[in-house]
Amino acid sequence: MTLFDVVAAVKDPELRVLNVAELGILRDVDVTEDGSAVTVTITPTYSGCPAMDLIRADIESALHDAGVEDVKVRTVLDPPWTTDMITEEGRSKLAAAGIAPPSSTKVTVQLSIRCPRCGSPATEQLSRFGSTACKSLWRCTACLEPFDAVKAL
Amino acid sequence: MSHFGYVLGLADDALIAAQRLSEWCSRAPEMEEDIALANIALDQLGVARMLLGYAGELEGQGRTEDDLAYLREAHEFRNVRLVELDNGDFAVTMAKLLFLSVYQRLLYDRSIGAGDERIAAVAAKARKESAYHVDHSSRWVVRLGDGTDESHRRMQAAVDQIWPYTHQLFEADPAVHALALTGVVVAPSTLRPAWLDTIDAVLTESQLSRPTTEATSHLSRPTAEAASQLSGPTTETASQLSRPTTETAVMSRTRTEHTEALTELLADMQVLHRAHPGARW
Repeated sequence: MTLFDVVAAVKDPELRVLNVAELGILRDVDVTEDGSAVTVTITPTYSGCPAMDLIRADIESALHDAGVEDVKVRTVLDPPWTTDMITEEGRSKLAAAGIAPPSSTKVTVQLSIRCPRCGSPATEQLSRFGSTACKSLWRCTACLEPFDAVKAL
Repeated sequence: MSHFGYVLGLADDALIAAQRLSEWCSRAPEMEEDIALANIALDQLGVARMLLGYAGELEGQGRTEDDLAYLREAHEFRNVRLVELDNGDFAVTMAKLLFLSVYQRLLYDRSIGAGDERIAAVAAKARKESAYHVDHSSRWVVRLGDGTDESHRRMQAAVDQIWPYTHQLFEADPAVHALALTGVVVAPSTLRPAWLDTIDAVLTESQLSRPTTEATSHLSRPTAEAASQLSGPTTETASQLSRPTTETAVMSRTRTEHTEALTELLADMQVLHRAHPGARW
């Protein structure tokens, strides 16, 4: 397992089914030649995402556990994260966990969001804001289950 | 006003808006709204933190984002008065949010192309979040304005009450103008035509009328000190002075003049840090 893999395996604390690579917030893992120091570059999903501090701490402890003492985690804003950066595998894992993956931000017409449980497109938005900054709240009118959806950003 | 002062102004607008919005947490009219307002507050706080950190670097005195947020007095804050005003009823909060978020959306959009790369990076992140804030507040304004007689009356009263404070968003400051001329930042005064277009469209759809006052350049004196000089420090007088009617456009020459409401807000926001410096969760 490379040090990149060690970092990439860190889970997002709010979307526990995704790791930071699948979420698309891991920009770079820079390892010195002798492997004694690592600089990790990440980007926030939302400006005020409260999970960032926890993600930084989790990356540091994962690398410490892998034997690296000198760890720096830096945050960059540019280019800004968008939900298009969530990988295909990440989208599948979200759907499997009952969270509707985001639609592409390049789509200008609002398509209906499919229920992640029964697959019906007959869904309605209950609130544009959900349990975390990155989600909105929906309900399926076919199976009546409420569900979270990752907001397109 | 220096570059530092300009960035501090952007940061303080977001920080004070975040603090006011967070007061709705656990008190909003319905649970979804509670969550929505807390989310919007969090977006504003995120922008504030990034810009306060940058402002501290520009100043070069070693002040951190926490130093700037928790250890300044009211007269050192550079937010517009619009964001510090009491939340009032829900309609007032929505009027404030609509006016602020349409302004922020335009400001962030245009800042992406301006010369300050740090502001541009924050703006590129924040503009899409602002779009959600505009959408949320304008839907509520339409729903309340074009709703029942009672909701219409209260939404119109909220627009009338808040409107005079919107002029300060676009105030021309000679030093900001100088920065804008060199292409570093966006001149706030250039945003007003597009801001009015959007606001007019929402108000029209809401069956609401736009107050007709235009900005005047007289220096209003809304502070508690001004109130006590005039007629003794009764709270009634202070609150009357800090809430002018629509006939009086609220203008000031600087962003460092505030209403009594900011002092109360800061007392709440800063009390823990001042009592226990450097306290962490």
